[in-house]
Amino acid sequence: MIDEELVQLLTPEGERVSHPEYESTLSGEEILGLYRDMVIIRRLCNESTSLQRQGQLALWAPVQGQEAAQIGAGRALAPTDFTFPTYREHGIAWCRGVPPEDMLRLFRAVSNGGWDPQKYRHSVPTIVLGNQALHAVGYAMGVQRDGAEEAVMTFFGDGASSQGDVLESFVWAASFNAPIVFFCQNNQWGISTPMSTQSKIPLYHRAHGFGFPGVRVDGNDVLAVYEVTKRALESARVGGGPTLIEAYTYRLGAHTTSDDPTRYRIDAEVEVWKHRDPIERVKSLLVREFKIKAGVFDDIVAEADVLALKLRDDVLAMDRPDPRTMFDNAYATPHPLIDEGLRDMVELGVGGGAH
Amino acid sequence: MTTQTMTMAKALNEGLRAAMEKNKKVLIMGEDVGKLGGVFRITDGLQKDFGEDRVIDAPLAESAIVGTAVGLAIRGYRTVCEIQFDGFVYPAFDQIVSQVAKLRKRSDGVYTMGLVIRIPFQGGIGAIEHHSESPEAYFAHTAGLRVVSCSTPNDAYWMIQQSIEHDDPIIFCEPKSRYWEKGEVNLDEPPNGLFDAVVRREGTDVTVVGYGSTVKTALRAADTAAQEGLSIEVIDARSLAPFDLETMAASLTKTGRLVVVQEAPHTASVGSELVASLSERCFYSLRAPGIRVSGYHVPYPPTRIEEDYRPSVDRVLDAVDRVMGFDS
Repeated sequence: MIDEELVQLLTPEGERVSHPEYESTLSGEEILGLYRDMVIIRRLCNESTSLQRQGQLALWAPVQGQEAAQIGAGRALAPTDFTFPTYREHGIAWCRGVPPEDMLRLFRAVSNGGWDPQKYRHSVPTIVLGNQALHAVGYAMGVQRDGAEEAVMTFFGDGASSQGDVLESFVWAASFNAPIVFFCQNNQWGISTPMSTQSKIPLYHRAHGFGFPGVRVDGNDVLAVYEVTKRALESARVGGGPTLIEAYTYRLGAHTTSDDPTRYRIDAEVEVWKHRDPIERVKSLLVREFKIKAGVFDDIVAEADVLALKLRDDVLAMDRPDPRTMFDNAYATPHPLIDEGLRDMVELGVGGGAH
Repeated sequence: MTTQTMTMAKALNEGLRAAMEKNKKVLIMGEDVGKLGGVFRITDGLQKDFGEDRVIDAPLAESAIVGTAVGLAIRGYRTVCEIQFDGFVYPAFDQIVSQVAKLRKRSDGVYTMGLVIRIPFQGGIGAIEHHSESPEAYFAHTAGLRVVSCSTPNDAYWMIQQSIEHDDPIIFCEPKSRYWEKGEVNLDEPPNGLFDAVVRREGTDVTVVGYGSTVKTALRAADTAAQEGLSIEVIDARSLAPFDLETMAASLTKTGRLVVVQEAPHTASVGSELVASLSERCFYSLRAPGIRVSGYHVPYPPTRIEEDYRPSVDRVLDAVDRVMGFDS
């Protein structure tokens, strides 16, 4: 993994390293904040996996192992920026202020989205791989036309890097010099498809072919991810155009709760990545350099537990929606087939029959 | 009343111009739409007058033309996407079906997908492959979309403006074979609502429904039939999703006989849906089964023989004879 082109500011052992172009600007308090975010997200993710195993969620897409990539990127955003996620950006959603229970509406199968995307400036999850990259570029073109100093960031993985929409979005972003950051979390696996099948060159090298900078950052180093993302966003806001960030990381868990990674990858590989855990290295730094006491960490764990229990309660309280709501917002204006469908359903009796 | 005689191409151009003047958030995006004015010159002169930020010459990628228009819609812009030819819309199919049609629902009504996708469709211009198709059924089938088609310059002028103002995404199908035909445009007020069907010719014996290019074919067939003493009512469906079934059912209640004319092959087509919907609604008025006159179930043929593929006046008249034959 030690790659001279990889931007790293904190080793897996929690020791600072210098980089010719980037240095950490964060205070101890800020680093502790990032640590708290990562611990909470991992705890909420584990609670969600449990909820799925207990039959309370239809599916869950774990983020375990990618917490630094998401929290580093998410905390680098300005409130006025806008983000376009996939279905795995729970850490980003957290940073945007989306309530955790809203993140689970999709997985509880009570909504196709879950939150108000304009309120949080965080779009609804996109499941079809790569579609959102084009939405982000279009939104960024709107930002340009408004003359606003805002940046747009979109997320996708190594799997979606093969999608035409992602590559088309690179072309457009370059052609129009759009204020956008493409944040690719290379977690090494697209379900069972290894990175080697997706690309013969490091993903961040692709950016050069499209005419804009690409950076590979240690995706398990929250300090490095924060600085690299912050600089790319700042550049986008002032007319510097797009940047591709490849956050080199690893999906410690399954693709989703329907996946069985033991069928396609070896335990030894997972073990190697466990030693590069994004959370532990920050804890080491906090203890050694900032003398943070055990009680502070205990408090964060306790806070995460409280949030997880609240999440569980909130999810269990999400009832089956009224079937009539399926007709809401299919169209903006009255539509005869909506009226007809609703009438038929109500006449038959709402409540659902046996199939 | 201010009227002006112009081609459908010019009427679309004037309609786009009016929409852009009215609302600064209206953009046009597509391949060659700027300096060239589009391969059919529908956007001729608009980039010169409204600038490159509002009339955007796109890189050649249809999925991106639609996908970025989605992002622009989220930002509050209304983009009119031009797909250069019907057969080139398929790279954008994923964005149209998975995103354009569904994002309002997915966002619980927060996002308004105010965008129009213009597609020159149907054949009749002697083009090479992929330039003469009728893909409207794919979109009519998709919940979340609306599909309309104009058949006259007056409708072209008004329907494009109504589509741009509408808050649902609109697939706007333009019959390219009629682009150069002239008609009178009333510049003062729209003739109808965007989703209304219109009776183009009144009659009592058979209802013939067409849309886009086939409205004129149906009108010609009605002229010929009249010489033989048959009275044909011609309806321009205009809206293919949703249908204005009231207008068509009113006609069918009178005539009891239905012929639908379309260039698309008829399996799972707009015509099939129309026959099924009207049969359900007007069963006791029907004196014959509804008949579809369609393109054949083959890939669009080389255009030296396309006139044997497209519904002709003779084929429409043959269908009229068939529906007349059921109760004689």
